[in-house]
Amino acid sequence: MMDLSKVDSIIDGYGTDAAALLAILQDVQAEANHLPREAMDRIAARLGVPLSRIYSMATFFETFHLEPRGRHICTVCMGTACHVRGAKRLVEQLERDLEISSGQTTADMQFTIEEVNCVGACALGPLVIVDGEYHGNMTSDRLSKVVKAVRKEGGGE
Amino acid sequence: MARIANPAGLGAHRQRLLAEREAGGKKTVAVCCGTGCNANGAEKVVAAFREELGKQGLADSYEIKPTGCHGFCERGTLVLLHPEKRLYQRVKPEAVAEIVEKTLQGGEALEQHFYDNPATGEKHEFEHDIPFYKHQERLILGQNGEIDPTDIDDYIAGGGYGALAKAFEMGPEKVLGEVKAANLRGRGGGGFPAGRKWETCRDVPSEKRYVICNADEGDPGAFMDRSILEGNPHVVIEGMIIGAYTIGSDEGYVYVRNEYPLAVRRLSIALEQARERGFLGEDILGSGFSFDIRVNRGGGAFVCGESTALMASIEGKVGEPRAKHIHTVVAGLHGRPTNLNNVETWANVPLIVERGADWYTSKGTKGSPGTKIFSLVGKVNNTGLVEAEMGMTLRQIIFDIGGGIPGGREFKAVQTGGPSGGCLPASKLDLAVDFDTLWEEGSMMGSGGMIVMDDRTCMVDVAKYFLGFLKFESCGKCTTCREGLRRLHELVQDITEGRGTEDTIGLIEELAETVDAASLCALGTTATNPIKSTLAHFRDEYLAHIRDRRCPGGVCKALIRYEITEACTGCLVCAKRCPEKCITGEKKQLHTIDQSRCIKCGICMDVCKFDSVRVV
Repeated sequence: MMDLSKVDSIIDGYGTDAAALLAILQDVQAEANHLPREAMDRIAARLGVPLSRIYSMATFFETFHLEPRGRHICTVCMGTACHVRGAKRLVEQLERDLEISSGQTTADMQFTIEEVNCVGACALGPLVIVDGEYHGNMTSDRLSKVVKAVRKEGGGE
Repeated sequence: MARIANPAGLGAHRQRLLAEREAGGKKTVAVCCGTGCNANGAEKVVAAFREELGKQGLADSYEIKPTGCHGFCERGTLVLLHPEKRLYQRVKPEAVAEIVEKTLQGGEALEQHFYDNPATGEKHEFEHDIPFYKHQERLILGQNGEIDPTDIDDYIAGGGYGALAKAFEMGPEKVLGEVKAANLRGRGGGGFPAGRKWETCRDVPSEKRYVICNADEGDPGAFMDRSILEGNPHVVIEGMIIGAYTIGSDEGYVYVRNEYPLAVRRLSIALEQARERGFLGEDILGSGFSFDIRVNRGGGAFVCGESTALMASIEGKVGEPRAKHIHTVVAGLHGRPTNLNNVETWANVPLIVERGADWYTSKGTKGSPGTKIFSLVGKVNNTGLVEAEMGMTLRQIIFDIGGGIPGGREFKAVQTGGPSGGCLPASKLDLAVDFDTLWEEGSMMGSGGMIVMDDRTCMVDVAKYFLGFLKFESCGKCTTCREGLRRLHELVQDITEGRGTEDTIGLIEELAETVDAASLCALGTTATNPIKSTLAHFRDEYLAHIRDRRCPGGVCKALIRYEITEACTGCLVCAKRCPEKCITGEKKQLHTIDQSRCIKCGICMDVCKFDSVRVV
């Protein structure tokens, strides 16, 4: 369960203004890693907008996630420059290594595979971002090693 | 940080900064810290320089300046030694100690860090000699290698906010006249004259007006707006203040992609410093004019680059475009007149005010004056950001600046304009690049993405890629866009998976016409450009997929297979790495792939050191 007092303080920071809905949802997600139902209920009540509007925002914008995500996020850039340099094959490699489909989270909640339209680092394509760190000129082989290293580091916890 | 109260105060502050620098006598080492170089370890290079300078007792002689993107991302981390502008490329943290000792201390040039031209084998020591930079006209990007984006005084020392002071002196009418005379056209893709937009917005009677900077750079393959915001946020802020003053607006917004965390951070710092110095807030530079800017982060929706969708998003609503029977300059954000320009357009404004329309129109072509920043990416040697005068040919940009195609492969196409643009073949390489020419050729300038493709790129796959992108990004409001793109994607997928017939092409063309004609916003009306242009220029490739069940680019999985050639040395590496364990062969013997089990992942080709795996 998310601490709702945190949601309240985020809302207060924007002056309970419904125009700031996108920003409020972004901040809540940054806090909780996804948008928990109870947080959306709270925002709806505090801003006086229907829950359906919150839900429509949360599902329209690609940035939001309604399900909890893994501890480690592997984001594959699918921009055009990365695409022509073989980004799809990197997604497939992650899917094989982690035994989940793109967009899913492993059962142990360790890894989530995500795709992003373009992060604007096209010269380094194909590119994978693992926990915020950019790995450029990626190959499927090297990607497997990166995932293995991350798994090993987090293994003891 | 003290507030600057008037233009005289700005001049005095600038003189003081220059005098301090003169007295300090420090030379500058600029380290590119754009997103590209950061991914290559630029921050560690900066830290290593600072440590080494301390160790070797040079901390008082040199200043290490982390700057924005220098454009040549391919060769990062880039280190530029001022004032002679010697460029060291691909600098690793481990190399810093030697650079400090031999170059900074001993004055020796280190050849191993020079740029080596893969085409000619020549080495170049200075930035201005490198072909990548030599053929550019870096009016906007040039400052990126000079200033620290997190220090407003660095911008002021270089003449920053001088154009704003001049604009206050000129008055709104004259500024508008200058921007109109300069024929500044919107760099976000539309190419609409900014001056006319400003004028319409100003002339609508209203108590409140807004200005917006569109930094929702959604075109995949384009990153100039990100680099400007990261490297020189104040030039955008200054442009917006001038625009707001001209139009009579007191409130501005920057709508920036959430996928650009560094740009958001640097912009927020810049806004804070601009407020402290008094360039934002009440009574700016004693002019009586008040204005402030807020940052809104986007939610990762491509359609929000469209002006009405963007404004809906700022209002806290779902980003769906509306019909523009009434334009946003008349009734935009919160129903008020709103002037929206993109990052690069705003960045051109201070230049025009400072140097005048006559100077500006001497650059570029008659219909498209000035420069345009392109992101030159894909299968090209010198990938990075390129600023060129309008009217340069595609060939000059791709071959003279970009250094041609890597690995001696053949140029096949260049894709311009993002998902709304088209693919142009080799026969169009001598086209002059400006807003109108590209439009006539069924592509567009768009925001300036230029993705180069070689003979290993499948054009049908490229069309499928863009349709897949657009069907996902369609907001769903118009049936033709929502359903039409989905069906188009399926039809193209049929072709790439070997189920296409010649009738499929006819169906695609018919449906594309409907999507064009009956969609509301530019996402839908231009969505078929990629497929129409590839059908126009690369129909042969579609036919090869259909008639011969063959993918000439070696990309479409259902139509290709991997084979191991005689060059195989039997090193066993591919067999070990194959996820399906379907490669067999003894040590030092030719290996073979069991085609019935191969999933075509391509790993064998990636790991083979002897180039003995090929796609057929």
